[in-house]
Amino acid sequence: MAAQEKKDIFESIWKFFASVKLAIFLLITLALSSIIGTIVEQQAEPARNIALLAKFFGDSAAPTVYNIFAKLGFMDMYGSWWFVSFLVLFSINLIICSIDRFPKTWRLINTPQKPLTESAIRSLPVKKEATFNVSLNKAKDEFLNVLRTSRYQVMEANEDNAVQLYTQKGRYARLAVYAVHLSIILIFVGALIGIKYGFKGYLNLPEGQASRVAYLSPDLSIPLGFTIACNWYDTQYYDDSDTPREFQSELVIIEDNREVLKKVVEVNDPLTYRGITFYQSSYGMLPNPTRGYFVLSIMPAGGEEKTLRLQYGDSFEIPETGIKGTIADFSPALTRDRATGALTSYSDQMVNPAIAINFEMPDEKKFTGWILRRYPDTGFLPGGHKVTFLDYWGVEYTGLQVARDPGVWLIYLASIIMAVSLYICFFISHKKLWVYISQNKKTVRISIAGSTNRNRISFENEIERILSHISRAIEGRHPQNK
Amino acid sequence: MTSSIFFDISAGAYIAAMIIYVAYLVVKNRTVGILASSMTIFGFVMQTTAFILRWIHSFDFWVKANPESAFVESILRAAPLRNLYESLIFFVWSLICIHLIVEFKYKNRSLGAFVTPVAALALLFIDVSGTAKEIQPLIPALQSNWLLFHVLLSFLGYAAFGVSFGASIAYIVTITESKKELIYSFSSLIIGIFLIILFAMGIDFLSLSADERARLIQSHFLKATFRSSSGGVVAISWIASLAFLFVIWNFSLGLKKVLSSLSLTTNMLDDISYKSIAIGFPLFTIGGLIMGAIWANSAWGKYWTWDPKETWSLITWFVYALYLHARFVGGWRGKRVAMLSIIGFVAVIFTYLGVNLVLSGLHAYGSG
Repeated sequence: MAAQEKKDIFESIWKFFASVKLAIFLLITLALSSIIGTIVEQQAEPARNIALLAKFFGDSAAPTVYNIFAKLGFMDMYGSWWFVSFLVLFSINLIICSIDRFPKTWRLINTPQKPLTESAIRSLPVKKEATFNVSLNKAKDEFLNVLRTSRYQVMEANEDNAVQLYTQKGRYARLAVYAVHLSIILIFVGALIGIKYGFKGYLNLPEGQASRVAYLSPDLSIPLGFTIACNWYDTQYYDDSDTPREFQSELVIIEDNREVLKKVVEVNDPLTYRGITFYQSSYGMLPNPTRGYFVLSIMPAGGEEKTLRLQYGDSFEIPETGIKGTIADFSPALTRDRATGALTSYSDQMVNPAIAINFEMPDEKKFTGWILRRYPDTGFLPGGHKVTFLDYWGVEYTGLQVARDPGVWLIYLASIIMAVSLYICFFISHKKLWVYISQNKKTVRISIAGSTNRNRISFENEIERILSHISRAIEGRHPQNK
Repeated sequence: MTSSIFFDISAGAYIAAMIIYVAYLVVKNRTVGILASSMTIFGFVMQTTAFILRWIHSFDFWVKANPESAFVESILRAAPLRNLYESLIFFVWSLICIHLIVEFKYKNRSLGAFVTPVAALALLFIDVSGTAKEIQPLIPALQSNWLLFHVLLSFLGYAAFGVSFGASIAYIVTITESKKELIYSFSSLIIGIFLIILFAMGIDFLSLSADERARLIQSHFLKATFRSSSGGVVAISWIASLAFLFVIWNFSLGLKKVLSSLSLTTNMLDDISYKSIAIGFPLFTIGGLIMGAIWANSAWGKYWTWDPKETWSLITWFVYALYLHARFVGGWRGKRVAMLSIIGFVAVIFTYLGVNLVLSGLHAYGSG
């Protein structure tokens, strides 16, 4: 008795997890609860969400509501114990219901198709009938011919004055739905592998500097196992606009003091080395930008171009001209204030960088000129000499996402499985077909009928097509439909 | 720009087609029906022309800014699917495309009266949202081969869901016996809310200067009505909306007689609604979720971050997965699944527009 009871309990638990009601409940619950996390900002500063809550609950109640919400895990909802529990339940439901239903599907696939009686054929959901003025064998051969060209493997059963052809196609398409379920489980497994054995970090690397670690949080670093250095960072803009065209940094991998890999990374084009990938994700100015180098190119009229690296206050001379220049000022984004006419910076970032140079001409005339990187023409001096502002190097950092995810290949594999099996699931059907051909004096009567697990209309069309092929082959005209 | 003329012609044709389709419902004259279909096909051809022209223009635009870019890469980068305006236009194109296929397959024109309004609402939304129509340079985040396929497949999926939505609305109108039925009130409420939001956005649009119009969607959404600083305006907006909802609820049932006289059987509507989801679900799963995740991984190193756009597409996916399971395994039929199809499309709209209007996330660039 105890064993029986145990079995009953097991069975009812099994039934509970295999039930479609649980699936429907979980889909609704996951959908509804996911909404919360799209409204409450996730993993944000408390003040931001308190301000949000104040709009709904008033200023005085907001902190209390915040605390309740925080206790419920709403502030990091997708990682909260209850949301994760729903996901676990969802996976269990998916696995158990698949195991529960699989044997039945397997039987459906592997049960051999049998010939039916004529009346059973006529009571199938999709059917057509026709009469032809031709011999039984001729009609049979034409059917075999048409069905085989449509890649049906045809079986035959002979009766008195009648023959029956039967065939099926696409029975393994019934498995596609299990493959879809499997792919979802594989995605969960891939995600778990990524969480357990991978990491998602970041690294802000100034131009000209190197690092052996990435950061998971400001005070938690993770060793890379090699050194990564940033040669330069640059934002390119569309023509004269402030619309960025590309964010780029040149990264170098160094091992044993040797450069082993160099690559210019861009958004959508990361660098991978030993399983760790570096993604271009942000950029910015360093807090103390005066330490950088101004990269200038100077060219006396008709003379040779020369590149210089200078710091704030440094002076230079354009060879053979006697023109002296001193770097006096820098603006990351130079513009002229419309109201006052004064020069000013409209951004902290190097959107439209410019340097001011105090020039001293050979005749001791002095003036200050702003040279903008975006407009090289601003660097022409009297006499056709030219100073070009190439870069202010060493003042920006490149913001990199650093990730290692050993589970991602599984995610990709699962994605392929899911895409293929979804296609099969919706567009390939398990079709069974019976053709009953009976001799009736000089004519043959044909019943063609079948069943399909989906896409009935296209199956009806297919049967129609088969029949019209046959009639064209036999009589060169349409069949006499009944 | 020449492409915009073709867009305007196609928009005009779709709106004309909508009116003719509705007229067809009323007069049930075969000639009127053929006229409605012809008008839709005409609009579709015009829009296809406009789409190709815009692609060519934006190809030139891209090559000018990126002379070093290879030919195939330039074609991919120039796909006119970069911002809200272009994606809405493409949504309308996909919707009409799928509608024409359905109309051809089922040989029944009445559904047009329910699908063309969705297209017209989208076109109206383009105008009242004041979204930028010029060809814009492609920002670095969007410079990926995934852009074309991700957006293309997602929107074909959205459009299929839109057709299912149209069929489900028609289904509910046809099958409802009494206005007091919950499901009828529910669907008239949904339609009413769509129209009210569009109308309120129209008021926003009219109340703004040209400069502000460009930023309507980010900073002025519903500020002229429901979110007005004046309490009186807010109150009037709510009262007017409730009155409007009542009107919709009260008169929609009139359509029932018309529909049932047009051999638009409930079985056919139910079938169209399911078939469209059967097409939309794989497209959306593969194009929207899978390709989106792969793209995110190659751009940011994270295939899933639970940002609002991702989460809402997952919610949409849950709703349609629910539809399929409830229908095939749970044995749900008729009204209950029709309601799921309507909820699904509301989730689609929210995924696509609501997230950008109301919430923010990694996809913020999609609102330009």
